[in-house]
Amino acid sequence: MSERLGVTPAQTVGPYLHIGLHWPDGPYVVPEGTAGAFWLRGSIVDGTGAAVVDAMVESWQADPDGRFDHPDDPRGARPPAVDGFRGFGRAETDTQGRYALHTVRPGPLPAPEGGTEAPHLTLSVFARGLLHRLVTRVYFPGEPGNAADPVLRTVEPGRRDTLLARSTADGFQFDIRLQGEHETVFFAV
Amino acid sequence: MTQDTGRKLVLPGYRRDDVDAHPPLLSPGYGSTVTRAPRQPLVFLPQRLTEVTGPLLGEGRLGELDHDLTRQHDGEALGQRIIVHGRVLDGDGRAVPHTLVEIWQANAAGRYRHAADTWPAPLDPHFTGVGRALTDERGRYHFVTVQPGAYPWRNHDNAWRPAHIHFSLFGRAFTQRLVTQMYFPGDPLFFQDPVFNAVRDPRARQRMVARYDHAATRPEWALAYEFDIVLRGREATVFEGEDDDE
Repeated sequence: MSERLGVTPAQTVGPYLHIGLHWPDGPYVVPEGTAGAFWLRGSIVDGTGAAVVDAMVESWQADPDGRFDHPDDPRGARPPAVDGFRGFGRAETDTQGRYALHTVRPGPLPAPEGGTEAPHLTLSVFARGLLHRLVTRVYFPGEPGNAADPVLRTVEPGRRDTLLARSTADGFQFDIRLQGEHETVFFAV
Repeated sequence: MTQDTGRKLVLPGYRRDDVDAHPPLLSPGYGSTVTRAPRQPLVFLPQRLTEVTGPLLGEGRLGELDHDLTRQHDGEALGQRIIVHGRVLDGDGRAVPHTLVEIWQANAAGRYRHAADTWPAPLDPHFTGVGRALTDERGRYHFVTVQPGAYPWRNHDNAWRPAHIHFSLFGRAFTQRLVTQMYFPGDPLFFQDPVFNAVRDPRARQRMVARYDHAATRPEWALAYEFDIVLRGREATVFEGEDDDE
């Protein structure tokens, strides 16, 4: 019998997170010059509309074939379909609360209950004033699979658009509103 | 491109944390939560492929002296030298091997090497306050650093943060991602700190306090603290087919 242990509680990253969690290559889920790569940009604002300058987002996603190089993917760990693909990105906000990640569009995923999950990234948001990370998902505009996506379908219709990125000249825009009007949908995982 | 549609996916699940394990996002004693905590309840998300996988970040992120914050510069960091060690475990007591542990902290005088830290305590030219380590096959990690100082902040009248070290952990799955703070035993500042006390369950709060570890001290060199970190455990799912890879 294994012993049950209580988890260590989460705490805020505080205002100085960037000294400890800064990676020069953090925003690059894929290397510069990767075919089909784009920038996912966004800003983070609080309940007063002020930019959150002491925040960081981390992304996690499947590769363009919808695969993870991870032993717990029951289809088997598979090296990424794109050279240098890490699946993971980390981007801090700048003095105007903006972040940017350089990545490629993930493939659709099989859902455990059957059916398909539309292409998406998951994001963690860390900041001063957040005692635990927040989790959200980024979906792509105009993606035909969105309508049947089992996660989007659990979100009340009026709030689903907070999970949809917008197309821009060099990729997509996904703004995060921590609180208030058009508050981003955050998930309990 | 292969599509395994048709076959049912059996995924490992991670136990949801107890309601009192983590601090509520809205904890008004900690003023910054008031404008930053979401007002809508979190939407329950069943764990899927994206949640049960996660980045497995290995050796590539480590420099030779990343685990020793006292020797990252030409001169030695100032302050009381300490060893901080422990294990990263999951909620079933199993070691979490080969996982990245990142730490950051104030210097011995209670000041961070950060442009926004204006507390007029001296900066130490020989201390950045940033460390990284990988756990070994038994989930153990080890840092050498200096005892961080307490420092004031503007949250409430005469507010002081207890001495602490920030810890960031990935585990093996997105569901296990954790950022926490390690505190020191017997700190007289606990009673007035809203970040520490935002964790309501006193037993959960105690899990953030390191243990003074005399056996791990090094004579005439360093004091030692032991800090074990527990990430979420797996749900007791019966796996059909393949065994868990352990």
